[in-house]
Amino acid sequence: MPFNFRVMLPVIVVFFLMSCGSEQSANHTNALSGKLIITGSSTIAPLASELAKKFEKSHPLVKVDVQTGGSSRGIADVKRKVSQIGMVSRTLKESESDLSGHVIAKDGISIIVHKDNPVNSLTSDQVKAIFQGKISHWNSIDGNNEKITVINKAEGRSTLEVFLKFFQLKNREIKPDIIIGDNEQGIKLVSHNKNAIAYVSIGTAEYSKHLGINIKTIALDGVEATTANLINGTFPLSRELNFITQGKRSKLASAFLDYSLSPAAFSTIKEFGFVPIDTR
Amino acid sequence: MSPLTRDRYLHYVLKFFACVSILSLFFIIFFLVTESWAIIESTPASKYILDDAWHPTDGEFFLLPMIVGSLFVMIGAMLLSIPVGIFTAVLWQFYAPAWFSSILERIVEVLSGIPSVVYGFWGIMIIVPLLAKFQAPGTSLLAGIIVLTLIVLPTITLVANSVFQQVNKLHIQNAIALGLSRFTIIRHIIFPQAKRGLLTGVILQAGRAIGETLAVLMVCGNVVQIPGSVFEPVRTLTSNIALEMAYAMDIHRSALFLSGLVLMLVVFMLILMTERMKFTSDNSL
Repeated sequence: MPFNFRVMLPVIVVFFLMSCGSEQSANHTNALSGKLIITGSSTIAPLASELAKKFEKSHPLVKVDVQTGGSSRGIADVKRKVSQIGMVSRTLKESESDLSGHVIAKDGISIIVHKDNPVNSLTSDQVKAIFQGKISHWNSIDGNNEKITVINKAEGRSTLEVFLKFFQLKNREIKPDIIIGDNEQGIKLVSHNKNAIAYVSIGTAEYSKHLGINIKTIALDGVEATTANLINGTFPLSRELNFITQGKRSKLASAFLDYSLSPAAFSTIKEFGFVPIDTR
Repeated sequence: MSPLTRDRYLHYVLKFFACVSILSLFFIIFFLVTESWAIIESTPASKYILDDAWHPTDGEFFLLPMIVGSLFVMIGAMLLSIPVGIFTAVLWQFYAPAWFSSILERIVEVLSGIPSVVYGFWGIMIIVPLLAKFQAPGTSLLAGIIVLTLIVLPTITLVANSVFQQVNKLHIQNAIALGLSRFTIIRHIIFPQAKRGLLTGVILQAGRAIGETLAVLMVCGNVVQIPGSVFEPVRTLTSNIALEMAYAMDIHRSALFLSGLVLMLVVFMLILMTERMKFTSDNSL
């Protein structure tokens, strides 16, 4: 086939543009380079991976490797210097004061019901009994004479873990009518079922209420489920998400920590249903 | 290029594409087996069907309810959609006036183009609250069957219609000339000729039904249990993967890949079964 310039022209143009692009990003490099290893909690891992992706984009010579294995692995790895940053999804214990923790976000859970449900507040014992099937009708807690639809989360979800731990339940003790995956699905179901009760991350619940969706957050032991109460620590059903380090930090680890704590990371944190901590 | 060499090149190209699709099947199976190896190795197969619960993080992997769930939802949807779809196509081809057929055609085409998520969303807002009036909570096997029926019905109707169109026109004209009734023509001339095509269309849709994920996940309730009635929630193999994959680790993750492998086996059996059915139906002709 003879070389057909008219056919090849777009191809040439595309290649030319591509080469321009790579030159530009090559100019963009700065001092940071190397590999950063982050290990620990599987709750934080998806968020850390996303933050890492964005961090890598602005620092092309940096490779961030996020591995999971639980909060205890995060601590052990940092102590053994296997990783530079550990992910721990709980408050650090006093015995762990040799580590420095940085709260990057809080993870809170609010109990939600339909907007027309007359119940506004529940005690921890009541919530526990509802999910165990010991309270089966709303009228035993001043609600309508209807059967309660219990909505539980699928195995492996971090909200499920926090929920079980707080109420000291085992997943097999819960008698669910519906099992859901993400928070959005819970909100959709509750907004169309007047007798349903579910738990979702506080960030998502507040956002949905703000959009005017027919759900209501339930005060737990008298404390309203709001991000404000989550940040000031009065709302009980919550936990801290920490990045931990030990001793002197590498330049790379410091830069990643600074990025994770900066307002630039807030939208990413919110995307995962967590509540960022505004330190300034 | 001579026509002969052109033919040879075409032959190579076709062979290449055929190999790609065959190889991709083997790659998928290989991938599923390697990913699920951790659990196949550590857990005896009897646990998947004899365990008492699905708590993958505690080492309990009761897969049977999900296999049953997938089959029930699929079979229910096919039982509803096959007769409705085929009879609609019969009406469309042989009984309805032209103006009605053309309206029907537009409607069915639009319906078949709606993404399944939309059906799922509609299921949550309409079907689930409706069923909840009979028996709470509404998210149930029946809701899944209804939504899935609506998803596969338009395509089954379209396929049946096109199969009927391909029936030899000469046979029909002869039958009319002999003064046979319309019912007799459909029963004894159209259907025997259309059987094979209908079966293929039905199987393709059955495969789609068992593989449907999001819409089923939205309306089925997803509790891992063998349902006692159509009003009880079920979880399908596909929902199981979609629900838990995002946060699954190690053996849990491996168990989810095993769900995928099992699903593939179920589909494979389904295809084998139809091949058999086609074979026997050919022999009976």
